[in-house]
Amino acid sequence: MNAIIKDSNTNPRVSIRYALQLGDFDLDVDLDIPMQGITGVFGASGSGKTTLLRCIAGLERRGTGRLIVGGETWQDRKARICRQPHEQEIGYVFQEPRLFRHLNVRRNLEYGLKRAGVNRDSVGFDQAIELFDLSRLLDRTPADLSGGEAQRVSIARALLRSPRLILMDEPLAALDRARKDEILPFLDRMHGELHIPIIYVSHHIDEICRLCDYLIVLEGGKVVAQDDLQSVLVRMDLPLLSGEEAGSVIQGTIGAYDNEYDLTQLDFSGGKLLVPGHIGKNGDELRLRIRANDISLCRDRPEQSTILNILPATIEAIQPETDSMLLLRLKLGTDRLITRITRRSRDNLSLAPGDEILAQIKAVAIRNSPAE
Amino acid sequence: MPDAGMLSFPGSGALWLSVRLATITTLVLLLIGTPIAWWLAHTSSRWKAAIEALVALPIVLPPTVMGFYLLVVLGPYGTIGRWWVELTGDTLTFSFTGLVLASCLYSLPFAVQPMQNAFESLDRRILEAAWTLGASRIDAFFSIAVPQSARGFLNAVVLAFAHTLGEFGVVLMVGGNIPGATRTISIEIYDQVESMNYDAAHSLSAILLTFAFSVLLLMYVINRRWQNR
Repeated sequence: MNAIIKDSNTNPRVSIRYALQLGDFDLDVDLDIPMQGITGVFGASGSGKTTLLRCIAGLERRGTGRLIVGGETWQDRKARICRQPHEQEIGYVFQEPRLFRHLNVRRNLEYGLKRAGVNRDSVGFDQAIELFDLSRLLDRTPADLSGGEAQRVSIARALLRSPRLILMDEPLAALDRARKDEILPFLDRMHGELHIPIIYVSHHIDEICRLCDYLIVLEGGKVVAQDDLQSVLVRMDLPLLSGEEAGSVIQGTIGAYDNEYDLTQLDFSGGKLLVPGHIGKNGDELRLRIRANDISLCRDRPEQSTILNILPATIEAIQPETDSMLLLRLKLGTDRLITRITRRSRDNLSLAPGDEILAQIKAVAIRNSPAE
Repeated sequence: MPDAGMLSFPGSGALWLSVRLATITTLVLLLIGTPIAWWLAHTSSRWKAAIEALVALPIVLPPTVMGFYLLVVLGPYGTIGRWWVELTGDTLTFSFTGLVLASCLYSLPFAVQPMQNAFESLDRRILEAAWTLGASRIDAFFSIAVPQSARGFLNAVVLAFAHTLGEFGVVLMVGGNIPGATRTISIEIYDQVESMNYDAAHSLSAILLTFAFSVLLLMYVINRRWQNR
């Protein structure tokens, strides 16, 4: 733990640069990400997400590149610094659990622990067992685990290697909806309790919105965006982030709970939002995802509406999406939201950047967990 | 060992010699066969096919042919034999050491092929996981590849041992028939038959037959159990 704190004080960044050609695919990235929290890497299949992780881990040794973690050079192919995978304090969670079938769960977990280097105690065995609720599974063999259990063991095993950087390559992709929902809370906890930077690859924007603080978007092996999550989500020039999944994320604090109607009030920079259900206690930080299709606009406050949340907003930008649809970026307080309207509505209301407007946000559309 | 009281019977010396030869040969083959099998399982070298053919040669080559070439090479005027005489003062041919050397070549494919098959069916992704958990290549080999290839190792040991125990042609050519040094069980049986001692030949043959059948049975039973796991 000490080493991590020291590093984040002196140079709290991870600098990653790789250039690699594989057949007709080119990976060319130059990244600078924070030494804390979860950095999402988002992109379509074949955009180079996995290749990037394999380069960082030292499993892909072709091409040129450089990896500097907290001011320490781990790889610099030009300067012939090229650590072997086992010499880097990196934990790698693969898409499949990749457990060792000849060892039981306990010995799988101990495999990395025994080989951990100087940071040995940054994550303790008991802490990992508790974090991923593995105490009942210790004596089982990998063959006797469900898919979700196996992936939990595999994440804990990577943690026990006491890494200073964790790479996760779509750890939920091989699981069905129910198994995903089983694992996500563990990842939330990991995010909250451990102070190890994580690079999390996914092509599910829901997972990214729930877990990540910083976001990198890859397209055809190139970086098209890297910034904090909120800022990237409201960029309107990224085709990957448009379509059905277009939306934004806001962070707020729970202010009150309405017992009679079972509604929770969330305070954020742009006002108050009502969310169904009792989703936390007062003062809890909460992240909400609001999809572009779940916001509508009006000039005047409607007398009667089924929409609970009507908040003042300023139009920042308007951009055509298709012949019929437009994307708008709204500013509410210091937060920004993306919404989608028809071109005809824009003309009917004669909306233009700079206009003050009312945003109707459907409470049901607000969520802190992936879409069903 | 050979003449220890109750274990002494006609041909027992030859039997023990064979067991000793087979044990040493098997150990040597584990040491040199494992890296060869690993290399064959993972290489993309254009020499792979040639090396594979070379390793497999003893399976199809008549033992007398192989024995003949070995006799030429290992003999006191052969390339290796001459060097050995200079080094040790002994000849390689008609000695136990020469027999070990010949047996190693003769049984090489029986050790290498099962191990190579096992290494080829290893999941490389599992090894990658081990590396990222802090295991060096050697460490991952011993902690992951070896236990997951246990079946291949068992088959290699059983086949190399049993095959060496029963060899005849190569021993006759390279080792001759020196009691206590190169007279192995199969040579002994041949001798007994030649001198019309069918009783002794019978009992020695029965021992070899029983042994061969038992180890093969054991191997198949264990293989089956492993498969069902």
